[in-house]
Amino acid sequence: MTALLEISDLVKTFGTGEVATRVLRGLSLSLEEGELAALLGPSGSGKSTLLTILGTLMKPTSGHYTMLGHDLIAANDKELTAFRNRHIGFVFQFHNLLPDFTALENVVFPTAISDGRETPAARARGRDLLERMGLADRINFPTANLSGGQKQRVAVARALMNGPELVLADEPTGNLDSASAMQVMELIAQINREEGTTFLISTHDEKIASLCRRQIVVGDGVVTG
Amino acid sequence: MLYALKIAARYLTASRAQTALLVTGVAVGVFIFIFMSALIGGLAEFILSRTVGDISHVTIQAETDDPPLLISPQGHVLVVAERGSTRIATLAEAATFLPLIEGVAGIKAVSPQIAGAGVIKRGAQVSQVSVIGLEPGRESAILDLEGYLVDGSVRLGSGLILLGRDLADDLALTVGQTLRLQSAEGVTAALTVGGIYQTGNGGVDGARAFVSLSVARTLFAMPQGVTRIEIKLFDLNAADTIAARIRSLTGLDAVPWTDGAEQLMEALDAQAQTGYVLKTFALITIVIGVASALLLSTYRRRPEIGIMRAMGASRGFVVFVFVTQGALIGVMGGITGAALGYLALLPFPSRDAFQAGTLPIDITQGSYGVAIALTVIGAILASILPARSAARVDPVTAIGQ
Repeated sequence: MTALLEISDLVKTFGTGEVATRVLRGLSLSLEEGELAALLGPSGSGKSTLLTILGTLMKPTSGHYTMLGHDLIAANDKELTAFRNRHIGFVFQFHNLLPDFTALENVVFPTAISDGRETPAARARGRDLLERMGLADRINFPTANLSGGQKQRVAVARALMNGPELVLADEPTGNLDSASAMQVMELIAQINREEGTTFLISTHDEKIASLCRRQIVVGDGVVTG
Repeated sequence: MLYALKIAARYLTASRAQTALLVTGVAVGVFIFIFMSALIGGLAEFILSRTVGDISHVTIQAETDDPPLLISPQGHVLVVAERGSTRIATLAEAATFLPLIEGVAGIKAVSPQIAGAGVIKRGAQVSQVSVIGLEPGRESAILDLEGYLVDGSVRLGSGLILLGRDLADDLALTVGQTLRLQSAEGVTAALTVGGIYQTGNGGVDGARAFVSLSVARTLFAMPQGVTRIEIKLFDLNAADTIAARIRSLTGLDAVPWTDGAEQLMEALDAQAQTGYVLKTFALITIVIGVASALLLSTYRRRPEIGIMRAMGASRGFVVFVFVTQGALIGVMGGITGAALGYLALLPFPSRDAFQAGTLPIDITQGSYGVAIALTVIGAILASILPARSAARVDPVTAIGQ
C-alpha cells in the first residue's frame, strides 16, 4: 500500500498570549490508501481539530501536510477549495444536509458545484449511491422528511459522490440509535472494501472503532497509539 | 453558474412569505418611482403646453439697421438720421428662405408674418391693437386660432379681421360687422369681423387683431418681405438645436423660445430635481430593504454556507448565490411595481386631455424600463455586502453551530 497522506510535527494553537491554547502539539500521522481507520481519544484531545486540518478547512499553526503529492500547507484558499471538492468527502455528526433540497439534490451537490450544473450523469450516479444506501424510495424526498439514520446515509452518499480518495467522518454515528449506527458503519465498511476509499472515523464508541482495521489514539495533542 | 441560479431560486421559494414580502416592498418602491416620474413629467408637459404651447418656438426676427451717418472726408459727422419710433425692420427675402426652413427636420409649421401697431376705430370708440398679418391657410400654424374660435371662421381673406373676445366686447363688435383699422404708418382700411376667438390670455384676447398678409402689406406699406417668421416645432425641447441649424443654413437671426425664458426653465429644472430626489429616496429604500433582508438570510443560512464551503464551493460561488438572489428580487419587484404603476396610471387622462383640477399625470413618462433597470442594479448592489459576508463565513464555525 502507498501513503495517501502524511502529516508531521503538526501544531495548532488557538488564541494568543496568555489565553493561547495549544490543541495539537507536534502530531505526526500517515494514512495508507484503502485504510479504514478509527480516531479515538477523549474529548478535547484534538480529534476534531485534526479532522478539520486534514479536511483542509483549517490551516495548522505549523507543520507539514501532504496528500496525493500535494503540499496542502502551501496551497491557497482557491486551490484548497478545488482539492477538497475533488479528493475529500465529509460526514458530520449532525448530517448537515441542505434542508431545502431533496436527498438526490444533496448527494449531487459536490459534483454540481464543480460542473456548474446538475448533469444527467451526476444525477444517475447520485441515484445509484442512494440505492446502495438503501434509500431508493427516498430519492426525491425533501431531507426534512427523512429519519436521522436516513439523513446520515444521504450524508455518506454525498461524501462519496465525487469518488474521493479520503472520507473524513466526525462522530458519524454519534447521533444515531445503535441499529442505525451499525447500518451506517456496515455501509462504510462495504464501500471501503469495494472501492478502496480511505476512511478516517472519529468516534468515542469502542464498538464502532472495533469495526475498523486500524485504531489511532490521540491524547494531549499527539498520537499516543 | 446555472447551478448557483438554481440554489438562489430555491432559497427564495423556500421562504415564500418572506420573499413575497420583500418583493412587495421593492414593488412599492418601484411604484413610487414610476408614479413620481409620470407626475413630474406630466406636470412639466402641462406647464410647458400652457405657457409656450401657443407661442412660436423659434422666431426669425428682422434686425433693424442702424441709422445712417453722413461723415465728411475729415471724419466729422455731418448728418445723423434719427431712428423712427415706428420704423419696421423687414426680412425682404423671406420668400426665398421659407422652403429651406420648412425642410429642416423637426419643424411642424412655418408662419411668415407682418406685425405692427394700429388702432381700431368704431364710432367714437378707439382701441390700440397689435396687428398681425398671417398667410391665409396658415392662420392656426402658431396660435391655434381654429381651436380658440368662438364665432365665425378663422379663414382670413381680403377685407377680413379676427378679433379676440375681450376686444370685440369692448367695441361691441360681432361677426359680420365692419370697423376701421388705422396702422401706425397712417394707412386706414375698412375691415369686416370674420371671426372671434378666446384664448384665455388677456393680452391676446383684448389687444390683438389678425389680418391677412396682403391686408398687412397695405396697412404697413410693405410691398414685399415680412417682419418675422414664426416656427412651431414637434418637440419644443429641440428649439435651441433647430434655431442653431436655421442660423447656420440661412444666416438669419433665429431665436429659440428658451431665450428669455430662463425663469421658466429654472422652475422646471427645480421641479425635475425634486423628482430626482424623491425617486432617489425610493431607490435607497429598495436598496436598504434588499440588503437587510439578505443580511438576515445570510445569518440564518450560515450553517448551510459552511456545508457548501466544506463540499468545495468557492467563495465566488457563494457570492454568486446571494447576488443572484438580489437580482431575482430586483427583477420580480421591478416588474411587479412597473405593472402596478402602469395599471394605477391608466385611469388618468392622456397628456392631450389634461383638465384643470386634475393631476396632470402622463402615463407615457413613467420611465418603466429605467425603473426596472435601476431597481435590478440597486438590488444587485444591495446584495453585494451580504454576499461578501456570506463568502467570509468560516465553514468550521458555521458547521459547528
